[in-house]
Amino acid sequence: MTIQEIQEEIVDEFGMFDDWMQRYEYMIELGKSLPLIEEKYKTDDNIIKGCQSKVWVHAEMKDDKVQFTADSDAIITKGIIAILIRVFSEQHPAAIIEADTDFIDEIGLKEHLSPTRANGLVSMIKQLKMYAIAYQTQLN
Amino acid sequence: MQKEIDMLDVQKIREDFPILTREVHGKPLVYFDNAATSQTPQVVIDAIVDYYSNYNANIHRGVHTLSQEATDAYEMARKKVQKHFNAKHTHEIILTSGTTHSINIIATGFTSLLSEGDEIIVSALEHHSNIVPWQMLCERTGAILKVIPMNEDGELVMDVYDQLLSNQTKLVFTNHISNALGTINPIEEIIEKAHSVGAAVLIDGAQACPHVKPDVQALDVDFYVASAHKLCGPTGVGMLYGKEEWLNKLPPYQGGGEMIEQVTFEKTTYAGLPHKFEAGTPNICGGIAFGAALDYMNGIGFENIAAYENGLLEYGTQKLLEIEGLKIYGTSKNKTSVISFNLNDIHPYDVGTIVDKLGIAVRTGHHCAQPIMDFYKIPGTVRASFSFYNTKEEIDALVEAVKKAKMMLS
Repeated sequence: MTIQEIQEEIVDEFGMFDDWMQRYEYMIELGKSLPLIEEKYKTDDNIIKGCQSKVWVHAEMKDDKVQFTADSDAIITKGIIAILIRVFSEQHPAAIIEADTDFIDEIGLKEHLSPTRANGLVSMIKQLKMYAIAYQTQLN
Repeated sequence: MQKEIDMLDVQKIREDFPILTREVHGKPLVYFDNAATSQTPQVVIDAIVDYYSNYNANIHRGVHTLSQEATDAYEMARKKVQKHFNAKHTHEIILTSGTTHSINIIATGFTSLLSEGDEIIVSALEHHSNIVPWQMLCERTGAILKVIPMNEDGELVMDVYDQLLSNQTKLVFTNHISNALGTINPIEEIIEKAHSVGAAVLIDGAQACPHVKPDVQALDVDFYVASAHKLCGPTGVGMLYGKEEWLNKLPPYQGGGEMIEQVTFEKTTYAGLPHKFEAGTPNICGGIAFGAALDYMNGIGFENIAAYENGLLEYGTQKLLEIEGLKIYGTSKNKTSVISFNLNDIHPYDVGTIVDKLGIAVRTGHHCAQPIMDFYKIPGTVRASFSFYNTKEEIDALVEAVKKAKMMLS
């Protein structure tokens, strides 16, 4: 599936819920299926800055596609990074670099998009894209 | 306890604060982040509007009417601060941009008074703003920083303090009340013992001043600092009290207008107190509004405030502890209306996010006091801090919200 298709799928899933509690509960549920980062990669270097909770992300390139793994010590943050990884993992670096993230607004998590928000959703997106840029440079 | 709670007409007081009628996420706002900043009553908002509407002018130098009116109002505010803290002289009150600014005036000023091997004692309960300036001072002078440790209840271990004190001790710095845990420190004892070895004492009153009215002469403290925005005043203004002899000993902090007596290219002589420490155009409106805030709080009365807030603390502690798996950090018998807690192993950020969705403002994180969090080996806490305009019903709403968060996050 393309990034666009995955985003539409997620928007559909969240569209089933009427209120914020159900949406948060679903996000927490999604966090449980996050591809977990290996313990050896849970280093300070892999912590995303700007989050009140700890978020570790690791990336690898396989068959010209970026694979992300991650973890967080906070459950809601884990749900957020799980959604992002579902969108961006197993994609070509160029597609990740070009992708927009407007779907966050559509699934009712707009409040997390403010750059000053302590959970650092913006920092997470930036970090995932940085990995993609690094791998794209390798491909060129 | 019920009697104390009834000492204040809280519903009437709430009408003084326009912000308390707003909603957050469709729910009535419950504001429990008072230890970070307090809300602003209408009289203080009016003082700000009045200044800009009627007599906005630069102070201390104009001969025109507006400048004179603004100068009078600003100097009146300084007098109010002096009276509030019971300083001996008005010129012992320096108006600053806030507690951090006040601390930096002292930390920078002591550069010329310390030598290598001199010792500075700080407490383990400090806010970052009260640690970093001293580390920088030590780097500049070769002085050594010593720390009074804390115990499991979040109290300072005074036996160790006794051992740390020596003839090498030149300065002792501690907060009056801890921002992260609410512990009231035994500052009378700290000051007396420091003086017995000839050391000066600075007390950070940022967290104390919303709850108690310090008497700097009775305390015999050398320096005392606080911020207006925790006392129902505006942000960007605060105070530094210093004993006259100490303030005369310290060099100016910044160069600029207002702080000079005479300037030639060969030599400048500095103005006397308090202007020596007030370079440049100050936060005139902020200072005036600070005075209005002190009037407002004194009108309610600090004894009433303390008694009422203690009632809220007792009630909140009891209700929150009924939630299984909830642990309170900072369990000293001497504490103000701050409850720092965690729910089982749930990250405080998660709890804060859910309760915010329910309209409740709490603080989450390390509260700029990482050493305390390291002591307890936790990433942070959820901190609910109560003010005299909060109610038991709001605490009930917090308890329900925390229960909901627990259900969602467990």
